[in-house]
Amino acid sequence: MSSSTLHVKVWRGAEQGEFIEYEVPRAANQTVLDVVTYIQRKLDSSLSYRFACRVGMCGSCAMTVNGKARWTCRTHVAALGSGSELEIAPLNNLPVIKDLATDMREFFDKMNTAKGFFKGEKTRHDDFAKLKPHSLERQLANAGIECIGCGVCYASCEVVASREDYLGPAALNRAWTLVNDVRDSQQLDRLRAVAGDAGCHSCHTQGTCSERCPKQIEPTAGIAGLKKIVGRAAVLGSKWGKL
Amino acid sequence: MKAHLSYWAYYLHRVSGLLLACFLPLHFFLLSRSLQGEAELDRYLKLTDFPIFKWGEWALVTLLALHLIGGVRLLLIEFGTWQGLRKSWIQISLIGSLLCGALFIALSH
Amino acid sequence: MNTAVLQAKLWYAQRISAMVLALCVAIHLLIIYYAIQNGLSAAEILGRTRGNLIFALFYEIFVLACLVHAPIGLSNILRENTGDSFITRVLPWLLAALILVLGNMAVLGVVWGTA
Repeated sequence: MSSSTLHVKVWRGAEQGEFIEYEVPRAANQTVLDVVTYIQRKLDSSLSYRFACRVGMCGSCAMTVNGKARWTCRTHVAALGSGSELEIAPLNNLPVIKDLATDMREFFDKMNTAKGFFKGEKTRHDDFAKLKPHSLERQLANAGIECIGCGVCYASCEVVASREDYLGPAALNRAWTLVNDVRDSQQLDRLRAVAGDAGCHSCHTQGTCSERCPKQIEPTAGIAGLKKIVGRAAVLGSKWGKL
Repeated sequence: MKAHLSYWAYYLHRVSGLLLACFLPLHFFLLSRSLQGEAELDRYLKLTDFPIFKWGEWALVTLLALHLIGGVRLLLIEFGTWQGLRKSWIQISLIGSLLCGALFIALSH
Repeated sequence: MNTAVLQAKLWYAQRISAMVLALCVAIHLLIIYYAIQNGLSAAEILGRTRGNLIFALFYEIFVLACLVHAPIGLSNILRENTGDSFITRVLPWLLAALILVLGNMAVLGVVWGTA
C-alpha cells in the first residue's frame, strides 16, 4: 500500500554537503524529474538541477537515483520499487558544482582526448563518400552512434572512479564508432589515444556501463573491439600502420 | 555500481586470480623438494596432512575452475564476435566450479 | 617504447598466455582427478612423473605461461589499489622470479631429481 506522500532525500551542497529530506505529494505517472521540479518550485527555490527536453532526448537530467545513475525524466517513481522513499544525488565520478548539477567538463574533454571527433580528407570539390550500410564496419559503428553524452555510463564505471585519467566508456565508445568509420583519416592517432592505462586496456569488463545505458548502447562491446585492434596494432600492425 | 551479475563475475575473477597467484610459489616450492629425493618430498607432503590443508585444496580446485571458466568468458568477450556480456557463461562458471570442487571431494575419499 | 604501446603488448601477452593456460589448466584438473585416485604419496607421485618427458614438456609450458600471466594480472591489481607505489613496481617482478625459479625446480625435481 503506497502512501500519498514521498519522502525524498536530496543532496544539497557541493563536494561537502548533506542530504535534506523533503515531503512531496505523490502524483499519477510521476517521474523523478517531476519530483525534483516540485521541490524547486514549491518547497525550496534554492535547489539547483539540470534538465532540458524532459522527454528522454537530451540526457541533461541524469542523476543518481537510489544509488543508480538514470535519466530522471524517464524514471517513474512508481517503477523504482522503493515505496515512498527516494534518494536523489548528483552523478558520481564528476565534480559537483551545486546540489544536483555536476561539472561535465572532464567528461567532454576525455571525448576529445580519445579522438572522439571526425576528421576527413575530402572537400566539397570531391565526390560523395560512398558507404555500404550493411558492411560490418558500418553495423559496428551504428551500434554505438546513438550516444547523446548523458554521462550515465561514466558515472556508473568503477574504473573511472579508481583511475582519474581513465577515458571512460562514453569516450571509448565514441572512438570505437569512429575507428569503424571508413571515411576518417586519423585512425592511427586515435588508436594511440585509446591505448594504454588511460584507455581501453583498463576496462575490466564489469559491464555496468552496458547495464545502465538508457539507450541500450553497450560500451563494453566497443571497448572489447578497441582492445583487439589496439593489441594487434601494437604487436602485428594494422591497416593504418604500426602503433 | 555494484549489484549486478557481471560485476560479481569481475570481482570473483580478480579475487580467485589473486589467491591462485599467492598459492603458486608455495605449490612449486613443495614440489621442488623432490630435487632432494623421494624421502624429502614425502617429509614435506606429510606437513600438509591436516584437515585445514585438505579444505584448502578443495578451495583451490574450486577457485581454479572458477578462474578458468570465467577466463574463457573474458576471452570470448574480447576476441569473439560480440554476443552481449555472456551471462550464461557466468552461471556456467559458478556451477562448473562447484561441480569440480564436489568431484574433488568425492574422489578424495 | 612508449607506455601506451607497452600496455597494449602486456595486455596481448596476458591474453595469449591465458589461452595457453585455459588448455593447461583443463588438462591439469583431469590430472589432479587421476592423481587423487591413484595416490598422493611421494612414491606414487614420482612413480608417475619420473622420466616422463611429455610430462616435463607439458608442465614447462605451463610454468612459462604462468610466468607471463600471473605477474601482469598482479600488476594491474596493485596499480589500481595502491597507485604507482614501490609495491606496484616490485611485487610483480618478485612473483615472476619465484615462478621462474621455483617452477623450474619443481619440474626438474619431479621429472629428473635425485633418487
